[in-house]
This record gives sequence, structure tokens and C-alpha cells, in this order.
Amino acid sequence: MRTTVAALIRKDLRLELRSFESVPAMLMFSVSTFVLFHFGLDRGALDGDLAAGVLWVTLLLAAVLGMNRLFVAEQEQGGFDGFLMAPVDRTALFVAKALVLFGYLAAVELVAVPAFVVLLLAPGAGQALPELLAVLVLADAGIAVVGTLIGALGVQTRARDLIVPLIALPLLVPVVIAAAEASAPLFAVAGADPFPGRWLLVLALYDAVFGLLAYAVFDYLLEE
Amino acid sequence: MTFGRGLRALSIASAMLIIGAFALVFFYAPNDADQGFIQKIFYVHVPMAIVALCGFVAGGIYAIRHLRSGDRADDLRSYVAIHISLVLAVGVLITGSIWARAAWGHWWVWDEPTLVSFLIVFLLYACYQPLRFSIEDPERQARYASVFAIVAGAFVPLNFMAVRMAESLAHPRVLSTTGGAMPGDMRLTFFVALVGMACLFVTLWKYELASKSASIQLRSLKRRLAGDHALAPLSRSAAPQEL
Repeated sequence: MRTTVAALIRKDLRLELRSFESVPAMLMFSVSTFVLFHFGLDRGALDGDLAAGVLWVTLLLAAVLGMNRLFVAEQEQGGFDGFLMAPVDRTALFVAKALVLFGYLAAVELVAVPAFVVLLLAPGAGQALPELLAVLVLADAGIAVVGTLIGALGVQTRARDLIVPLIALPLLVPVVIAAAEASAPLFAVAGADPFPGRWLLVLALYDAVFGLLAYAVFDYLLEE
Repeated sequence: MTFGRGLRALSIASAMLIIGAFALVFFYAPNDADQGFIQKIFYVHVPMAIVALCGFVAGGIYAIRHLRSGDRADDLRSYVAIHISLVLAVGVLITGSIWARAAWGHWWVWDEPTLVSFLIVFLLYACYQPLRFSIEDPERQARYASVFAIVAGAFVPLNFMAVRMAESLAHPRVLSTTGGAMPGDMRLTFFVALVGMACLFVTLWKYELASKSASIQLRSLKRRLAGDHALAPLSRSAAPQEL
């Protein structure tokens, strides 16, 4: 199982490094969306819950781009058939793809979050880096798990680019609620609000429930 | 497959329960002290919402059975349950909007967790039929729809919890642990309306199942009598077309 997962991750990362299909697109999309928000809201600097909302909506929409492309190579170039012929546990594909999507998201955020701080965040806001990191990791895990499942579901349909966002966005509303509520006090200028730890609990619960659920049903998306 | 068994008794029971519930609503339950007559929409709105959510979860449970057994009849059951729940959900959103307008003065209120979470659940399930429609292979359509129904069924309670934590608590908690603080005659009316709505749901569900399976069986009989060439090819459909 572990060697299979490692091999699949290696394959996906090599593909990404050679073609640069997902991460740069997600990144460009995030930065463009920040610029759009700047003009749409007509504000030079954001703080508090507005900043948290802009950041999380942008990251979520960028993640949808990654989900859409996650299984395209498998579908178009026979990767599914090759994988199904190999004598390995099918769940390995789910684990590998979720980890790859998580990695993509982390790579995007490594640039997009500093860009957000530079472009939109009010000066003096957002000093609590460890807390923000915890929120990012937990939210990314949830997005990766749900995104992998929905990406695999959507890639076999005829209207792939429509089905994936239509299903994924409502499913990820709890992640946005929890992540935005948790990071709003971190972006407050005054910094007086205590960090609401219960939202991390909600994110962790979401990750656990959907992780187990996706683990249980993913096999049925691969059967031929 | 005999989906039609007991349909007549069920139809009579649900008609009587619905008529009885409406009689209780208009002639027995008192007018609400704050909201007056408009509060009576509660006896339609809340049972409909509860039945719709239970129908979504039931769709998920039949989907689990479908994936475990591979029985296409379970996929049909899951599909019909979600289909009827979707119709009810439209009714819930409309009646809820009317009630919100009368009671709070706005057609839509964002800081009501129950409204918002219901809308999110509705938006999610609104993708169920497009998902089915965009998969052509019937066997794969059934399998993928079941995966969706399971994930969405588990999403319903989790979503309600997350949204409720985020928002204020002004929407009445109908079935809270304190019993919703309803006076006895209101509670009786409410429970009759709830049972009536549940009965109506089951009746409609069985009618739809009977109709769908009858047309599927009719098609296979025709094929056996006249051969494949005598049948018009199946058009693409979101509904299961084979058993």
C-alpha cells in the first residue's frame, strides 16, 4: 500500500513538474481573484472577517480548478485502466490523489497567502502565524478529501467542468464557514478577540467524517 | 417486483391524515399570540422540511444497500426518495420564505441557520439529477449516483451542525430537548401534520416506484414478445431505466 501510494504520488508530481498544468493555474487564478476583490469591493486594505472571507473564497475557488484537473490524465490517457490492471489496493489511488491535491493546495498557499497579505491585508493585522497554519492545514485536508472524491466522480461524466464545482461547492460550505470563522480573529487589527478553537474542532470533525466516507465509497467509482 | 402492494390502504390513510391535520390546524389549534394566523403555515412548512431531510437520508441508506448488494431496485428506491424530497424541498423554501416575510419582514434572512443550511442542502441535491443525466452508461450511472447519495446523506447533519454553530439562534427549535415549548394542542396538531406528511411521502414514493417499475417491466415484456427491433431506443434519462 505504502509503496503504491508513493509510486502514484511520484508519477503525479513528475507529470505536474513537466507540464505545469495545475499549480501555476491555481496560483494565477488566486492572485487575479485578489485583484478582482480589490476592485469589486473598492477597498485597499481588508481586516477581520472580510479579509478571512476573501481569502477563503479565493482559495476554495482555486482548489476547484485543481479538482477539475486531478483525474484528467487518468481518464484521457488510460491511467484508470492501467491502475485497475495492477494488482494493488484501489484505495491507494484515493490516498495518493488526496495527498497530491493537498500538496498542490499547500504549494499554492505558500505563494497566495503572502500575496494576499501584501496586496489586501490591512497593516498590523495577521500576526498569529501558527494558528493560521493550523487552520490552513485542517481546511486543506478537508478540501483535498472531498475534492478527490468529487473529482473522481465528475471526471467520468460528460459535463465534467460543470458537475465538479456544482457538487463540490455546496459540500465545502462547512469548510469555508469554519475556516473563515477561525481565521477572522487572526486578521483583526485590534487582535483582541480570542482564537476560537472550536472551529478547528469542526474542521477536524469534517476531515474525519469525509475522510472515512470517501475511503469507504471510493472503490465504487473505479469498478469496471 | 411488486411495488404496488398496500398502496390503496396507504393512500386512504394519508388522505385522511392530511385532511385531519388541516381540520386540526384551522379549527382546533389556537392562533399564535405574537404572529396570529400566519403562524399556521408552520404546520405545513416544518413537517415538510423534516420529511424532506429524512427522505434525503433515506436515499443515502438505500444507496448504501445498492452498493452492497448491486440490486438495481435499491437504486430506483434511492432515486425516487431523493426526487420526491427535492420537490418537497422547493415547497419548504417557498413556504419558509412566505413565513419569514410575514414574521420577520424579509423574504430571506441570512442569520437563520436553519434556513441557510436547508438552502445549502437543497443546492447540493439539486445537482443529483444533472449528475445522473450526464452519465450515459446505466450501470455506472446507478453506481455514481449512489456514491453521491451516500456522501450527501452524511453531509446533511454535519452541515446543519456547522451552520448552526456559526449563526444566531432565532429560528424556533421545533424538536429541541425541551419539546419546543409548544402548548399541548399545538403539539398535537403538529404531530398529526408530521405523521400525515410522512405518510404522504411514503405513498407518493410507492406510487412513483410502482409506475417506474411497471414501465420498465412493460418494456421488457414488449422486447420478449416483439424482439429488440420493435422497441424505440431509450432516450437519455436521469431516472433508472432498467431493473
